[in-house]
Amino acid sequence: MTLRTLMIVAFVFLAPQWANATEAARALQKEYTAQGAKDFSAETGKLKWSTQVQNSDSSKRSCSGCHGNDLAQKGKHLKTKRPIQPMAVSVNTKRLTDTKKIEKWFTRNCKWTWGRECTAQEKGDFLEYLLAQ
Amino acid sequence: MKKQLTFMAVLMSTSLATPVIGADGLSFTQWLMTFSRTKEVKPVNNQLYADECGSCHYAYPPGLLPNQSWEKLLSAQALEDHFGENAELEPEDLKTIQTYVYKNSAEKSFYKRSRKVVKSIGDSEAPIRITEIKYIKRKHHELTDAMVKGNKDVNSLSNCNACHTQADKAVFDDDTVKIPHFKTWED
Repeated sequence: MTLRTLMIVAFVFLAPQWANATEAARALQKEYTAQGAKDFSAETGKLKWSTQVQNSDSSKRSCSGCHGNDLAQKGKHLKTKRPIQPMAVSVNTKRLTDTKKIEKWFTRNCKWTWGRECTAQEKGDFLEYLLAQ
Repeated sequence: MKKQLTFMAVLMSTSLATPVIGADGLSFTQWLMTFSRTKEVKPVNNQLYADECGSCHYAYPPGLLPNQSWEKLLSAQALEDHFGENAELEPEDLKTIQTYVYKNSAEKSFYKRSRKVVKSIGDSEAPIRITEIKYIKRKHHELTDAMVKGNKDVNSLSNCNACHTQADKAVFDDDTVKIPHFKTWED
């Protein structure tokens, strides 16, 4: 009985937050699909997450360079050393809840890390990967 | 009594006649009459600025740098390489932030520390680091590397709020300083 109550309480309080992240990410993926992207894959997203790209200042940059490979952990900015809160939706419920914010950081970080904007396909794959964390 | 009334009337009429300064509409006369509020720096009072800038670092009150510095920092191009990070903003958000910051930059403020910042910068200078302003440097010259750079909970002089416990209210008074891992700071 207690366990059941607990589970109901947990569901009521946590479910909307999960749903939020999923909703925002799915809404964006729908937009990406309209732009020609398809079959979003967490596997591809994971692979791209750690892809090292040569930077003009002879250093290598990747998503994992700042965010790390274990997304439940905090990251640290390669250049500024600024701490970055975990990306995993499971430990950081604020992540992926705001479509405008997601797009803003995709633009900033794709340019900073890869020297170009990400394609709709790449962004969709990243979201798929992040949602699974 | 009559004299007092005349004085008040004169004050009020000047307050109506003087141009409004700053986003919160602080006129010259109002500033004259509110000593306590002008000791520090005007606190940040723009939600978008607080959210956007504050999501990565302490949201510095605009009154800590003059307009010419902010113009350098807040151009769309400059924000793409903002001290090593890309901090670009959507055009309309950038516009809102620029308008707010330019309206409240140091040389337009009556707050004491803004006045001191302006006084310590030459007209042709446009420092982009608050930590490079002579007044700010002078205020921190006694600090050792162990207190700042070597202090894992401070790291850099740019992390105002690491020691200034009321930095979010734009209060930087000595009494409010607590350096992590060090005893109470005394000037």
